[in-house]
Amino acid sequence: MSRAAAPLRPKLRLGIDVGGTNTDAVLMDGDKVLAWHKVATGLHITDAIVAAAGAVMEQGNAVPNQVFAVMLGTTQFTNAVIERRRLNKVAVLRLAAPATTAVPPMSDWPEDLREVVDGGHYLLRGGLEFNGREISALDEAEILAAAREIRELGFDAVAITSVFSPLDANMEHRAEAIARQELPNAAITLSHRIGRIGLLERENAAILNAALSSLAARVLDAFTQAIDDLGLTAPLYISQNDGTLMTAAHAVRYPVLTFASGPTNSMRGAAVLSGLNDALVADIGGTTTDIGLLLDGFPREAAMTVEVGGVRTNFRMPDLLTLGLGGGSLVRDGGKHIGPDSVGFELEQRALVFGGDSLTMSDIAVSAGQMDLGDPANVARLDSVQATLARAAEMIEAALERVRPSATTLPVILVGGGAPVLSGNSISGGKIVRPGHGQVANAIGASIAMVGGECDRIFSLDGVSRKEAVAAAKDEAKTQAVEAGAEAASIRIVEMDEIPLSYLPGNATRLRVKVVGDLQGTGLEIGA
Amino acid sequence: MIKIGLEDLDDIALGATFLGTGGGGDPYIASLMTRRAIAENGPVTMLSLDEIDDDVLVFACGNMGAPTVAIEKIMGADQPPAAVLALEAHLGHQADLLMAFEAGGSNSMMPIYNAAMLGKPMVDADGMGRAFPEMQMVTFSVYGASSSPFALASEHGDTTILDISDDKRAEYLGRGIVIRMGARSAKASFPMDGKTAKRVAIPGTTSLCQSIGANLRQSRAENRDPFAALIDMLSGTHYGHAKILFNGKVTDLIRETRDGWAIGKVVITDQQDASLEVEFQNEFLVARQDGKLRTIVPDLICILDSEMAQPITTERLRYGQRVTVMAVSAPSIMRTEAALAIFGPVGFGLTEPFVPVENLP
Repeated sequence: MSRAAAPLRPKLRLGIDVGGTNTDAVLMDGDKVLAWHKVATGLHITDAIVAAAGAVMEQGNAVPNQVFAVMLGTTQFTNAVIERRRLNKVAVLRLAAPATTAVPPMSDWPEDLREVVDGGHYLLRGGLEFNGREISALDEAEILAAAREIRELGFDAVAITSVFSPLDANMEHRAEAIARQELPNAAITLSHRIGRIGLLERENAAILNAALSSLAARVLDAFTQAIDDLGLTAPLYISQNDGTLMTAAHAVRYPVLTFASGPTNSMRGAAVLSGLNDALVADIGGTTTDIGLLLDGFPREAAMTVEVGGVRTNFRMPDLLTLGLGGGSLVRDGGKHIGPDSVGFELEQRALVFGGDSLTMSDIAVSAGQMDLGDPANVARLDSVQATLARAAEMIEAALERVRPSATTLPVILVGGGAPVLSGNSISGGKIVRPGHGQVANAIGASIAMVGGECDRIFSLDGVSRKEAVAAAKDEAKTQAVEAGAEAASIRIVEMDEIPLSYLPGNATRLRVKVVGDLQGTGLEIGA
Repeated sequence: MIKIGLEDLDDIALGATFLGTGGGGDPYIASLMTRRAIAENGPVTMLSLDEIDDDVLVFACGNMGAPTVAIEKIMGADQPPAAVLALEAHLGHQADLLMAFEAGGSNSMMPIYNAAMLGKPMVDADGMGRAFPEMQMVTFSVYGASSSPFALASEHGDTTILDISDDKRAEYLGRGIVIRMGARSAKASFPMDGKTAKRVAIPGTTSLCQSIGANLRQSRAENRDPFAALIDMLSGTHYGHAKILFNGKVTDLIRETRDGWAIGKVVITDQQDASLEVEFQNEFLVARQDGKLRTIVPDLICILDSEMAQPITTERLRYGQRVTVMAVSAPSIMRTEAALAIFGPVGFGLTEPFVPVENLP
């Protein structure tokens, strides 16, 4: 053999971001970027992944068995909901009657989405009280009759929600087993698997998940096909909204968990590229700038409920401020007005540097010598270049001020393809950090994602000390993370929240603990 | 007389969150219930206190339970009317009008819901003028109307009538039943005649919720300063005085459970490193700056996010949020000696005497 023996242990990771416009791939060794490549996503996801990932394997001189794991982030499922396309009709079983009948399922959905997804609902007996007592007993005959009707109507996606199932999921499991007798092949989503306390938000998430079931099968198939075509044998992981990973097998069943993984990945990528754990991040794209806050290497989560395609959910999502300013933003009135409209995907047709007729922020940045794009001669004699740059900096600074947590200053990490539109070394009192490979922060974020676990339950402090309850919650979250593939020794708590429940006896309190750990075998530190 | 239709509900819910002063429960679910009830039964007629006769029978309705249970165990459609019907059966008289006992938070919606479900009109008034944690903390009680007899209903349609001579004991005993009903009960209470209602109720609070909500919505739509517009609007009402207390970021947040209450403290710090400390017991109770009093209960303290002027409830407070704190003077009916004895500082174990917010820095 002419080449050296393969390393004893594969240690490279392949990070892929499948966006609506571009598919990016990076090849990583620890937190070092060995190679990156960007292609248009186009209509065939498999082809795009093979092209982007194939290119980085070649550039990095890597062979498939050196790759330890493939991590993939995607907006395919979010886009399907936003565009109301490729969704299944879902029949909803809610176990709670006679409680909850005042607000039936999908009451708060936008009409157009409801028309696409609504496959009828059944308010059935069941559900639990806050203390675990049954609201009413499960009625097997009632569930069987509903399942039979669903089968006769020809629907193959079902969402099952039971009141207080995050406390005890037994009723949802039993209802699934009964419904399976009539619907052996249906895609059935149990709400406790994907949501926390908050019936409507959890039910909404379960319905959206069921609505994505056919698309999930196709898309995950395309992903695994691409991995096969590349000759890779490493396991495939998919990124979730909270910056942690799930297996491809899990993602087929829970596609809804990929929502908002894009912004999370780019913020996590910014943390690793810059080596900073506490910082502001500005991800400047073509049309918008997303500004978020990294606390301890993870994005700060939004406290309010988050809407996806107009539907309220209680997903963990980063708290972002989105500003209508990017590389494609239109510049008017000598730079006094920038955006929020943008040439978007048509930058290469419409921007002046490409011979177009629209003055964009990218033209300004090229004219100032800050960006390398198109033909600089086209923008050699622009007016008000400095005034426009100053205005852009002012807009970004105002947004940073709103996100900055306290009077202390924080560094600002710039990532995204539009990053060069912001000049200078400091902003909002903080140092500007421009890490290398910032334009593929997204794929890098996917590649360094960790494995998480969460506990969100109501504990009674009757006869149990607060300390014991907190310890139990931590154990539950850790066990979940280990089951998801985390290395036990690397697990640490990233968030803990306690909400005391007023009016309930026994000092009940709601504890939410979130932990993360390294994927077994990577030994990668957050932000290291 | 006005009509409350579907288009009014979002404004009322937003205004009720403001009057909730951090508590009272998120009106979101209650507004979805009410939306469906009005869609099926048509708009609700609302009369002002001036428009009702002295001899009509009025019930105050709402829910009793734990807000954290409310987001999970939503009510049965027939549950709130069951309480009203049970109290009518007990009294042998039908209620002519329904009224809120608490205009702040989710209870703001319940008279509208019941009115739509039962085809009755409602009165534009309540007993708290904001949100308070206990059922005796109402002007009805302060001025001699009794909560009893009152009815509680579960989602099963189970009802119970309680007849208790003291409203504080009624809160205590009623709470025990509410817990066995799964910490979510519908309630019909304070049966009173129109003449009494005119004397003991705070007028115009449901329409005030609507005005506050509409004002915030319009400011957002027209890109105006929502705080200035709201202060201006409130100055023309019986609440009168409103002002911005503080502007800054949440820099500390402490919560604990004591005797079943969500008790805590939030610290907000501005660019000059000055800090405002707001204590809460379900609702915001007192705001102090450098140990000096800025606002105290029953005057209203509202914390809103500085960006959208969205009122923030205590459970949604988060470290790092950028917030604007507003203070609003309570109407005079809530500031008499008798009223302050029940829901003034002493009602919450605070040692400072009540000082009207307009007399404080």
